[in-house]
Amino acid sequence: MSAIFKREMLSYFTGAIGYVFIAVFLALTGGVFGVCTLFMGKQSSVSLFFTVMLFIYGIIVPLLTMKSFSEERKTRTEQLLLTSPVSLTGMVMGKFFSAYSMFAGSFVLSCINFYTLFRYGTPNVAVLVSYCIGILLIGAAYVAIGLFISALTENQLIAAIATIGTLIVMLVMSFVNQYIDFYPVRFILSWISIYSRFSNFTFGILDISSLLYYFSICFIFLFLTVRVYEKRRWS
Amino acid sequence: MIRIENLVKRYGSKYALDGISLNIDKGEVVGFLGPNGAGKSTTMNIITGYLSASSGNVYINGVELLSDPIGVKTMIGYLPEQPPLYVDMTVREYLNFVFDLKRCEYSRKKHIDEICSVVKIADVQNRVIRNLSKGYKQRVGIAQALIGNPPIIIFDEPTVGLDPKEIIEIRSLIRKLGEKHTVILSSHILSEVQVICDRIVIIDSGRIIADKPTEELARVAGRNKRFNAKIAGPAREVIAAVKEIAGVKSIEATGENDNGAYSFVIEADANTDIRRALFETLAALSFPMLGLEEVNASLEDIFISIVDSKFESESEATGARAAWDDADSDI
Repeated sequence: MSAIFKREMLSYFTGAIGYVFIAVFLALTGGVFGVCTLFMGKQSSVSLFFTVMLFIYGIIVPLLTMKSFSEERKTRTEQLLLTSPVSLTGMVMGKFFSAYSMFAGSFVLSCINFYTLFRYGTPNVAVLVSYCIGILLIGAAYVAIGLFISALTENQLIAAIATIGTLIVMLVMSFVNQYIDFYPVRFILSWISIYSRFSNFTFGILDISSLLYYFSICFIFLFLTVRVYEKRRWS
Repeated sequence: MIRIENLVKRYGSKYALDGISLNIDKGEVVGFLGPNGAGKSTTMNIITGYLSASSGNVYINGVELLSDPIGVKTMIGYLPEQPPLYVDMTVREYLNFVFDLKRCEYSRKKHIDEICSVVKIADVQNRVIRNLSKGYKQRVGIAQALIGNPPIIIFDEPTVGLDPKEIIEIRSLIRKLGEKHTVILSSHILSEVQVICDRIVIIDSGRIIADKPTEELARVAGRNKRFNAKIAGPAREVIAAVKEIAGVKSIEATGENDNGAYSFVIEADANTDIRRALFETLAALSFPMLGLEEVNASLEDIFISIVDSKFESESEATGARAAWDDADSDI
């Protein structure tokens, strides 16, 4: 697992993709942060910022995960991984941790934005911290979904677009929800929705059920990725 | 060392492998020979644990593949048909990665240096794999298979797409590796496996149709010799005259060349040298022979002769069984 993790990290930084990802991540975070807090009413509330970022992460995380498995499959390098003494779980986790490190690392870097809040205002630290923990978990879920979709196709572009689509649908589901009158459907949709659980963090509450929910999504999709590989070997 | 029992691989209703059984001893160099799509790669992919068989078992050193996949994989080095190279890495980075991946316990630098000098890639170690020639890429692929010093090495069509000089070098490298390792290699080129392997397993449509030491197979293939001849003279008379020569089994005109010369394919018994007699006969009739060349047995010929001989021995066997049955019914 550590070998795969190391190689993945190396490949992010020998090519342009690692640098581009971090640059785009920081630029977007900075821009959105500026607009949402400094310009719009000079408020120290971060809920609008995090809501917008939730969507932006949904668009840029797939850039990290799109080639994780699809590229390996296309260039047949997966044959090396699958015939080496590494378990499938180890392989998937190596990929997951490398992509997640990129996300979490960039996110931690972007936290420098919050300095302005403390410098010029009095933000609610509890809310800020619970949002950050929430985002880190949601990021893990995004990466897991991205890896799963990447394992399904040989084509990076298809992987990226399908991941963006899936994530956006999972996000907007709760907005669509308002227009549905039928209660059971509404219940199911809001249960699946990533966004509806995120709103709990607004109150600075570390909602265990939400945390568990994001954690389970991450776990389920990583598990499914392992199954995809297991199944491909048999079919 | 490797025991394969009744391996079957099904894709839907299509059988890619249809009951392959094989025993390979330590130190053997075995060649899988067969046309494309015969099941060579599938067999190799199953032995290395890349694919799973629909049914059947693979034992490596007495250990069933599926009971300890990780343990078994440490014993096998594999070079798939397309070398699994990360083209954005340098050769050294890549080999270091494989070294970590295989969790080797050797001293890293010494082990990788050793392998680099064996496969002769020491001079390109710091180059990015993308920029290497096909031959070098293949060598890096071989180096990757050697890391961890596995007792079994499997090469899937190792010389495809290389130039003649590279082919010769890779072949002699594989032969050298065969001195210390058990090697399986696949190819659709007869002469290649003949040069490298002690034993040839011919696979066709997912079945083993022959499994023989190389010399024995060469004997089967060599029962007939074939010549391409170019003879100036009326075709019908040439055919009539040549057919009379002792040892000639058949002659066939394959086309007319300029100046009334014809091309013929002559099939002859391998134990009689017909060339002198052929020359003398044609000289006596004053039909000048413009060219004569012996054709080496191709994979196709070997297939035909094996399938033929199999058919003969099978029909003999069924004949014997019929006689036996008759005897039974008498009692």
